[in-house]
Amino acid sequence: MTREPVWQPSASQAALKSRAQQLAFVRGFFAQRGVLEVETPVLGRCGVTDVNLDGIHAQVTAGSRTGGWLQTSPEYHMKRLLAAGFGSIYQVSRVFRNGERGRRHNPEFSMLEWYRTGFDDVALMDEVSDLVCGWLGCQRPVVIQYRDALARWAGIDPFAATDRELMRRCEQWLEPEQLSDLGRDGCLDLLMSFAVEPHLGRDKPVFITGYPASQASLARVSLSQGYETAHRFELYIDGLELCNGYWELTDPEEQKLRFEADNQQRRRSGKPEMALDDAFLAALERGLPECSGVALGLDRLLMLKLGVRDISEVLAFPFERA
Amino acid sequence: MASYSTNEFRGGLKVLLDGDPCIILENEFVKPGKGQAFNRVKLRNLMTNRVWERTFKSGESLEAADVIDQDMEYLYTDGEFWHFMLTDGSFEQYPADAKAVGDALKWLKEQDVYTVTLYNGSPLSVTPPNFVELEVVDTDPGMKGDTAQGGSKPATLSTGAVVNVPLFITIGEVLKVDTRSGEYVSRVKSS
Repeated sequence: MTREPVWQPSASQAALKSRAQQLAFVRGFFAQRGVLEVETPVLGRCGVTDVNLDGIHAQVTAGSRTGGWLQTSPEYHMKRLLAAGFGSIYQVSRVFRNGERGRRHNPEFSMLEWYRTGFDDVALMDEVSDLVCGWLGCQRPVVIQYRDALARWAGIDPFAATDRELMRRCEQWLEPEQLSDLGRDGCLDLLMSFAVEPHLGRDKPVFITGYPASQASLARVSLSQGYETAHRFELYIDGLELCNGYWELTDPEEQKLRFEADNQQRRRSGKPEMALDDAFLAALERGLPECSGVALGLDRLLMLKLGVRDISEVLAFPFERA
Repeated sequence: MASYSTNEFRGGLKVLLDGDPCIILENEFVKPGKGQAFNRVKLRNLMTNRVWERTFKSGESLEAADVIDQDMEYLYTDGEFWHFMLTDGSFEQYPADAKAVGDALKWLKEQDVYTVTLYNGSPLSVTPPNFVELEVVDTDPGMKGDTAQGGSKPATLSTGAVVNVPLFITIGEVLKVDTRSGEYVSRVKSS
């Protein structure tokens, strides 16, 4: 079967004009606050160990280097700039995630990532609200603890529930044999996606914070109500996940342990292990300043601005047309 | 047998689920930024026509179902089977049972072409074209001068189907009928 190639953009001209305005708004926002715009490589030597993030391998031969990875986020490079003493920085960049395509996903998308030295997660959430509400004209977000959100909409305590109880709760969506190797965090992700997320940010934007330590990723962890929770936050508007932020982990030893734990889990789920980014770890050794950082999906922000339900409506050329 | 992984799922794909052939109607990719990805899939079971909603972990796969749609001419019925013939010049014939013919029965006219869905080489279902042309074999007498007015009456067509038609329609006329809604569309000019 041969099909005519589609050459036309999938987004309207009005949508792409709004995209340009959004970019100008973002740059104005950070210029006013004295945050430096930076550019770091989209093509890096290393990928990430995150179990649920698949980078795109690139066949590059240049100089003495071969191979490479299209970056899933500019995080490691930006943290190297932080370690080099750049202070607060932001970047608008294209990031890549293999296998992700749907109404809210495209394998290549625009990410706004920024780091604020001296900010904790609460201070950065405040700044996220300024940016997002300044652009969308929305009400300021309310803050809901992860634990309370799961209790309210999924009817389960994510910290106290046994693995068995979690699995049983998930049987509404998955067969027992599908659940057997899903794991605790996989179950929680399922409940978050199907039971909780659709309710989040319906009336006004919602920050979810206090994630289980097992989902801390690069956030620091502290004890809250007797449970280890991550200083990680996500913003939801109209059921759409918009950003993910951390009060950043600065301990290189702890970071290395988390990378290795990721790789162990990759092994268990039959995914290739990823080389640890030693340049990033060396920068952490040198010393990352106290900071918080956040990554925000600009395509989704534009979807909210325009009130559209499909990411194709805000992309000139989604993957099928690229 | 081939199989499809979740990232190959798309509308129209035919797969085996719980042993039955199904067609994927919708596939929604759901993934928290840092979390496990899932596919929420709506499928129609081609045996029962029931619509199922299932969730898959990304990376899971389903076996492909050997289901293909073929254009076939309807030949005749022997009372038990309805016989169709491929229009590709092979003259290959396929008997479809009452279950496969289903609702298409009331639109079956000899020598017309239908879409026959084959599962493992046997007819699974028969889909009529969107529009068929059939002769009126019975209806109340036509009323002249009432063409502009509304109002309708039942008419029995050559296949046994009964459709509502305007009052001016008479026996022997050929009508164009929409098989999806079962509604009268127009008269067909006799040449």
